[in-house]
Amino acid sequence: MEFFDFYRKDRWPHQFCPGCGLGTVMNSLYKAFSDLNMDLKNTVFVSGIGCTGRVPGYINGDSVHTTHGRPIAFATGIKLARPDLNVVVISGDGDLFAIGGNHIIHAARRNVDIKVIAVNNATYGLTGGQLAPTTPHNMITTTSPYGNKEHPFALSELVAAAGANYVARWTTAHPNQLVNSIKTALTTPGFTFVEVISQCPVNFGRRNKMGDPVYHLRWIKDHSIPLSKVTFDMKSPFDFMDIDFKGIYTIGEFVKRDRAPYGKTIETENNILRPPKE
Amino acid sequence: MLSPGRYFLSGNVAVAEASLLAGCRFYSGYPITPSSEIMEHMAARMEKEGGVFIQTEDEISAIAAAIGAGMTGTKSMTATSGPGFSLMQENIGYAAMTETPVVIVDVMRGGPSTGQVTIVAQGDVMQARFGSHGDYENIVLSANSVQELIDLTIRAFNLSVMFRNPVILLSDAELARMIEKVEISKDIENVDFNQVKIPDVPEFRPLGRGNKLAITGLTHDERGYPITTDVNVHRTLVTRLVNKIKNNEKMISDVEIINPEAKNIIVSYGISSRAAYPILKKRRDVGLFRPRTLWPFPESKAKDVFEDKNIITVEMNLRGYDLEVERVARKYGSKNFRNIKIIGGEVPTPKHIMEVLEVN
Repeated sequence: MEFFDFYRKDRWPHQFCPGCGLGTVMNSLYKAFSDLNMDLKNTVFVSGIGCTGRVPGYINGDSVHTTHGRPIAFATGIKLARPDLNVVVISGDGDLFAIGGNHIIHAARRNVDIKVIAVNNATYGLTGGQLAPTTPHNMITTTSPYGNKEHPFALSELVAAAGANYVARWTTAHPNQLVNSIKTALTTPGFTFVEVISQCPVNFGRRNKMGDPVYHLRWIKDHSIPLSKVTFDMKSPFDFMDIDFKGIYTIGEFVKRDRAPYGKTIETENNILRPPKE
Repeated sequence: MLSPGRYFLSGNVAVAEASLLAGCRFYSGYPITPSSEIMEHMAARMEKEGGVFIQTEDEISAIAAAIGAGMTGTKSMTATSGPGFSLMQENIGYAAMTETPVVIVDVMRGGPSTGQVTIVAQGDVMQARFGSHGDYENIVLSANSVQELIDLTIRAFNLSVMFRNPVILLSDAELARMIEKVEISKDIENVDFNQVKIPDVPEFRPLGRGNKLAITGLTHDERGYPITTDVNVHRTLVTRLVNKIKNNEKMISDVEIINPEAKNIIVSYGISSRAAYPILKKRRDVGLFRPRTLWPFPESKAKDVFEDKNIITVEMNLRGYDLEVERVARKYGSKNFRNIKIIGGEVPTPKHIMEVLEVN
């Protein structure tokens, strides 16, 4: 498939702000599909609510834009009813980890064969830049005007602990590594998860002296450190959970394992879950 | 699947078995009293029929997974009770907006909140109709015997596929545990996707068949593309969603009417309505209007029965179906309304109704 065939062109122009990281995410996703020679016919993209939730709507294939926080639950139903399909969830940090936090840890535990791309911009961009469970400590948002009193979730570590088969974290400043990880995620059986640290210059950066997308992106890059370069001390669970913008983003592949995906326990002859009739 | 013949089943098991007969091949659920036996029975039976059973982490994901399966063209179902039914409301609206067939069984128990966990009630009648936000129409069925649970479960799947709409079947804690003789018919009619063409209901296209579907809960045009700021797009879409049910009320509605000429008409449904039968045998001046389809309100069937009558509603809630009955009956000249409303777990008896009749 040609690269631009992945876009649903009659929906252009898209709604994303100038400088948004979602362009990089979309391009990386299509590059991964293109490199793997996968077409969109056997793939369903599922998303929740939010800026990232709008991404599947611009993809030239089946897309399901669900209710807030529930894309994993919908994707589970779609995948189990049609195991022959690739089911890819692409949604934001607020959707997947605040309102939808319960679903993602259970889907990872269950090891349902769905692929999740979580775009983490540390805020609720679509609704105007409110506090997210991923907003770093002390940072300013519209609902934390004096600084965030809370501590953020470390998403990849959480999903790895919940039992996913593959977990990686990259940033929009690492597109090549991101493409490779998406390819691994798409081809690994079971629940796989790729977190992308992304910039939101308009609704997050602007309030935290990072309104310039280039500066924001460079800042993310400068504060990322590959897992291979992490010293022994920093590998303690405490350091991982205390991740914030003032410290480091550990990037790389966190988990690669081979637990059996969620499946049927009984094989029957009148199994309706066979590939579709052409 | 159960072969045709006579069986002795509880209400919950009957619902599970009937759904398999209706072609249901996806069940997702979360344990909750008094609906859990439906799920337990499905866990044992579904995979043997080649379908999918999954126990989800909560009721929200149970309904979401069922809708997701419905989008692929698999007949799907979930069952729950009180609090779980409340949790499902947002996604029921999503199913209505995206026109996805799904069947929800609500085994009613005493509410609000955790309420009376194991005790019968009929307090979800209005929630079944109005539970999600915005304008939409649900089809809501109500059974008063185990046999009827079987018949209506099968009908629920047929209606959901025909109208591309969520269908809610109301059972209750009493029916769920009641064991009765039932008959499984030889010729069960299962409607397939797109088999019946109904005005205002677009063709169903499943996911994963190269249709390039764009499905969204946002206001959308015919292509499924979100257009949220155009007055006409929203008006056209939501009016059609409401009208496809409202305008086909005649086709959907199903009412048991006994003695329609009588001066006194008992309006009741579900387990409460069983109190009426002994009275109907004794008194010829009492009739019965018992909707099996609560919503849309069976107005087409009500006209002849409600003309200038004394109406007695019998139900197990404090605010419920009587409001709609009164609205419709007033249109046809009825002025005398009395409501028997019993909550707490006591099922209405003929005595309750006789007391009201004797005051007359």
